[in-house]
Amino acid sequence: MIPDTVPARWSPGRLWLSALLPLALLAILITVIVKTSPGESLRGGAVPPVERLSIDRAQLRTDGIVLSVFNDGPDPVTIAQVTVDDAFWAFTASNGTVLRHLGRTALTIPYPWVEGEAHLVKVLTSTGTAFEHEIPVATLSPQPDVRYFLTFALLGLYVGVIPVSLGLLWFPLASSAGPKGLDALLAVTLGLLAFLLIDTVGEGLESVSLLASSYQGLAMFVAAAAGAWLALDVVGAWLRRRRTRARSVASSPGGVVALLVAVGIGLHNFGEGLAIGAAFALGEAALGTVLIIGFTLHNTTEGLAIVAPIAKERPSFGALARLGVIGGVPTIAGAWMGGLVQSPVMAVLCLGLGAGAIAQVIHQVARQMAGTRPVMTYFASAHVALGLLAGFAVMYATGMLVG
Amino acid sequence: MGPVGRVAPGAFNPTTFLRAWNFSDLPADRRARFYRETPRPDGSLLREYELVAVDREIEIAPGLFFPAWTYNGQVPGPTLRATEGDRVRVTFINQGSHPHTIHFHGWHPPEMDGSLPEHEIKPGDRFVYEFDAEPFGLHLYHCHASPLKRHIHKGLYGVFIVDPRDRALAPADELVMVMNGFDTNFDADNEVYAVNSIAHHHVHEPIRVEVGRLTRIYLVNVTEFDLLNSLHLHGMFFEVFRTGTAMAPSETTDTIMLCQGERAILETRFRYPGRFMFHAHQSEFAELGWMGMFEAMEVRRDT
Repeated sequence: MIPDTVPARWSPGRLWLSALLPLALLAILITVIVKTSPGESLRGGAVPPVERLSIDRAQLRTDGIVLSVFNDGPDPVTIAQVTVDDAFWAFTASNGTVLRHLGRTALTIPYPWVEGEAHLVKVLTSTGTAFEHEIPVATLSPQPDVRYFLTFALLGLYVGVIPVSLGLLWFPLASSAGPKGLDALLAVTLGLLAFLLIDTVGEGLESVSLLASSYQGLAMFVAAAAGAWLALDVVGAWLRRRRTRARSVASSPGGVVALLVAVGIGLHNFGEGLAIGAAFALGEAALGTVLIIGFTLHNTTEGLAIVAPIAKERPSFGALARLGVIGGVPTIAGAWMGGLVQSPVMAVLCLGLGAGAIAQVIHQVARQMAGTRPVMTYFASAHVALGLLAGFAVMYATGMLVG
Repeated sequence: MGPVGRVAPGAFNPTTFLRAWNFSDLPADRRARFYRETPRPDGSLLREYELVAVDREIEIAPGLFFPAWTYNGQVPGPTLRATEGDRVRVTFINQGSHPHTIHFHGWHPPEMDGSLPEHEIKPGDRFVYEFDAEPFGLHLYHCHASPLKRHIHKGLYGVFIVDPRDRALAPADELVMVMNGFDTNFDADNEVYAVNSIAHHHVHEPIRVEVGRLTRIYLVNVTEFDLLNSLHLHGMFFEVFRTGTAMAPSETTDTIMLCQGERAILETRFRYPGRFMFHAHQSEFAELGWMGMFEAMEVRRDT
């Protein structure tokens, strides 16, 4: 007789078996594929390997150039020679010259590079395929010493902390505005944030295109953005719950939104710091006083975005300062990292986080402003629409300064 | 400066190539397969050669391999050398993967030109090129199948020397130098330049010559993609016999420029012992492999 019932509860042993059996079979399948390599019958024996090297970064040191090379292709790659500006040059490899899939090595090339000039490094593989890396403006790569940290901290202060704090000084103006005026001010904030969102997404996608394809940069960017959105949602909900339980100081309805705006702007500024640090390290911004002034003007308006949601409340000076720190200080950390690490992966992740956070903040602010009305109906009124446009235009105009 | 490492000692040695013609680098029994000479009633020779087109991967800089098309497995192909008026008979066997030809520079009837589509020898086929060696001078041979640029730069070329019959050249230490380049990533721009194929070979293995002895260089330019190539010799001057077709030198210089396919015979005597650099005076070519050294040595002659 065939048993027609399954046990109501499987024993732990059977559960484990049912979990592991497909994995074991999968392992067997992969072994078979590796042993028989069905793809080879399509490729044939004489087809050359697919070679794809990605050159992440070039560090310029007093004794030469250090190139970080990553095998982004499916087949092993052997590095045969290196030329700099069309001249064969000696090199040493930290991790050998044969790179397996996802393998990485650093090539040290004792080349007498010239300050302020451009250089082209070419890595030739054993099959003669060439992978190029351009050094647009040669300048000594920053070393992690005290001077470096101080310089970039100062830079972060200039372009992040001080401008955001200056923007916060508009608080009295914001709080003396009437209901319509405040609406317009919040609309300006939304316009600013919308610009920042577009800017961050644009930079994020640009970083994605620079990333070795094995990293699947777009997925990384979207995941980071979604993660930031969800995390801020959770944090926002938690803050509101706390507010209803104990009427704590910094937890007015506007306070929560202001905090979220500060966090979103902080994440954006971290990404901005990364970009600034990397630009200085690559020598692209070696003479960029105009760039610094541009970022400073650009970021001052961000302070306004933070104070607008709490304009009707009476935050303490300390609370305002805290918001300024949250919004501005990440610029310093970003600049440190950008200059030292210059990791395209980090850039994509941070810009993704920034984009998600700003999108979430836009959503929060819009919902708070609109109250019970549909958001689009609310946007349709003249003063709100003008505010949105004005905010966007200000960012656009100051954005032109930073190119 | 310069490439890293050394090319593995293999089938082709640029140093041997310098002083080898008519397969003189092969042992007698193997040589007989590729080269035979038979006297003719008028005192000239019938010279019979066998050239085989084969695909072969060659190492042109340490660790850097190029999928070449070759004559007899080497780039440049074997140097052929006859005397003015000799009968030259070249049996060409195509064992490559594409149609090829041999197009000789020199006097010959049109059906021996190896240049038109109907002249192309299909893989597996053979053809006999036959003509009189004329005029005396320094010539070359190369594949003329289409697309021409690719068939030449992939490695199908070699040197064809015709010595004058009536006026013997002064005895000398003779060196064959082919200026060539390799476009390893096929972007119509050379990644590697050399004289006799291997980048910087003679930097590590200088060409040994004797102080005071006449040195004769057969210089041929087959570089593709670049209009010009040149040779510059340090510390001395040489006499130039353009195309080698006249007995009197046309100029005395230390730098000579040749167009694609152009060639010249250079004659000099080393005055001082020691190392003398030579290279293309296009600095880019020099630093991408076209650079080498002579090592001149005093040789005591007991007379």
